[in-house]
Amino acid sequence: MAAVNLLSTRGLSRNFGGMKAVQNVDLDLQQGKIRALIGPNGAGKTTLVSMLCGRIPASSGTVTFLGQDVTDMPAHKRISMGMAYTFQITSIFDDLTVFENVALAVQHRLGRAAKQLKPEVLATLERVGLETRSDQVAGDLAYGHQRLLEIAMGLGQEPKLLILDEPTQGLSDGEIDEFIALIREVSANTTVLLIEHNISVVMALADAITVLNFGEIIAEGTPEEIHANPAVQAAYLGG
Amino acid sequence: MRKSLTLHLGLIALLFALQFIAPAYHHGNLARIMVMASFAMGYNIMFGYTGLLSLGHAMFFAVGMYGMGLSATQLGLSIGPAFGVGILSALICSLIVGLLALRTIGVAFMIVTLMFSQTIFLTILYFGGITRGDEGFVIKQSTRQIFGLDLSDATTRYFAALLLFSLVLLGILWLVKSPTGRVLIAIRENEERAKMLGYDVWRHKLAAVVMSGTVSGAAGAAYGVLFGYVGASFSQVPYSIFPLLWVLLGGAGTVIGPFVGTLFMFYLIDLSSTVTDAYMLVVGVILVLLTMFARNGLMGIVRERWAKWLP
Repeated sequence: MAAVNLLSTRGLSRNFGGMKAVQNVDLDLQQGKIRALIGPNGAGKTTLVSMLCGRIPASSGTVTFLGQDVTDMPAHKRISMGMAYTFQITSIFDDLTVFENVALAVQHRLGRAAKQLKPEVLATLERVGLETRSDQVAGDLAYGHQRLLEIAMGLGQEPKLLILDEPTQGLSDGEIDEFIALIREVSANTTVLLIEHNISVVMALADAITVLNFGEIIAEGTPEEIHANPAVQAAYLGG
Repeated sequence: MRKSLTLHLGLIALLFALQFIAPAYHHGNLARIMVMASFAMGYNIMFGYTGLLSLGHAMFFAVGMYGMGLSATQLGLSIGPAFGVGILSALICSLIVGLLALRTIGVAFMIVTLMFSQTIFLTILYFGGITRGDEGFVIKQSTRQIFGLDLSDATTRYFAALLLFSLVLLGILWLVKSPTGRVLIAIRENEERAKMLGYDVWRHKLAAVVMSGTVSGAAGAAYGVLFGYVGASFSQVPYSIFPLLWVLLGGAGTVIGPFVGTLFMFYLIDLSSTVTDAYMLVVGVILVLLTMFARNGLMGIVRERWAKWLP
């Protein structure tokens, strides 16, 4: 069976004034795979994924998700179709408890089946190791734990496509190892798009890598191919 | 959940008991406070739970009041159906205002609600032939009868006010514990995140405006029924500021706060005016102190210090 594309973009571009943040990106995410999106700072990674999930509109081009053109669809509808986005800059509900934060992610999926809410929230918290902190106020958590909560909110949605925007930023080495194990487990039934600066995380997880530089895709391939690619080395090392 | 249910049912039981033991003067005050607290609780749905600051809630109060009053006096409806017309008028008004005002956010939203409220006030004056303009009109005692009960009688009035208050209090308690209430709070806390969890933020805000406006309108209609007077002053700016003040004092985003704030403000004015003619000075200083040292209101302090579970 040929690989099925869960999400595709064609000619996707975004300008901010005269600055071309993202240009002509054709991206295909195969179902069930982990795709890493890497590139130097300012390459347009966050802008690109923001267009995928609808946080910012595209200047031109199309986004197709689950076979449907979602280019003009508002973010909340795309999320409801099965996308989840975890923020690069931690964005949690600071004044609510850890439980309430994840409950908000879970209840949207459950709809009226309110009885399952509590066990599902606790199960989600257990996956990231925050189950003992469910009654703590989210804003009081240590930074690393807030990152994990952000990831838990993504997991709680049980998305078809999980977009992680620099999830390991600020995590300790031990937490990163746990994160890698968690994402491996998640990828069994979820497609993952991972923006990541930590190359060892990328190498450990990614099935395929897309490299972005100055808003354009400069390389795409398996981790081995990307590792050996001269254009990528030039972009990173400024050669 | 059990603690909060005990607290809120306890408050209702206390107010029920006060009907039998409160002296006549305070008895009358409490009936008025319960109606006004219902107004403030309606305001709190938008301001305290959804984070939408309206400066025009007098319009919902007045539309409910006039919807009731005009249908009773002009159309000759009996008081029950007239009360229903009042609530329905407020619902329609809040839906229209919500659809238009929610195109704006922040300061612009405040100004737009303020302007809509002024429009309602001017409309009431413009149709002075029917509304009797500034002067307002009285709902006759003979009209204020339901199921053989005389709503102008002090005891009946107290129980009617308590019924309204209890329904609104328990209704809001249920709302804020419900999945919808959780989403409203999420919008207040972090709108962008709520959107990126798949919630239609705009639709939830509209629902909050409609619920808030309808409850405020019910309070306005009840005020007209129970105190027998409908007047344009209720659609003016002070009646948009009062609920904001009561909610801020009592604790925005707490179910019981609006009642505490209304009660506190009423007796603060009442008691200080028996001591001195310069009572507004006393009130002013206390309000300034409260806003400086109790930013989250009285029940906000209670929640921070002693009762984290307070909804």
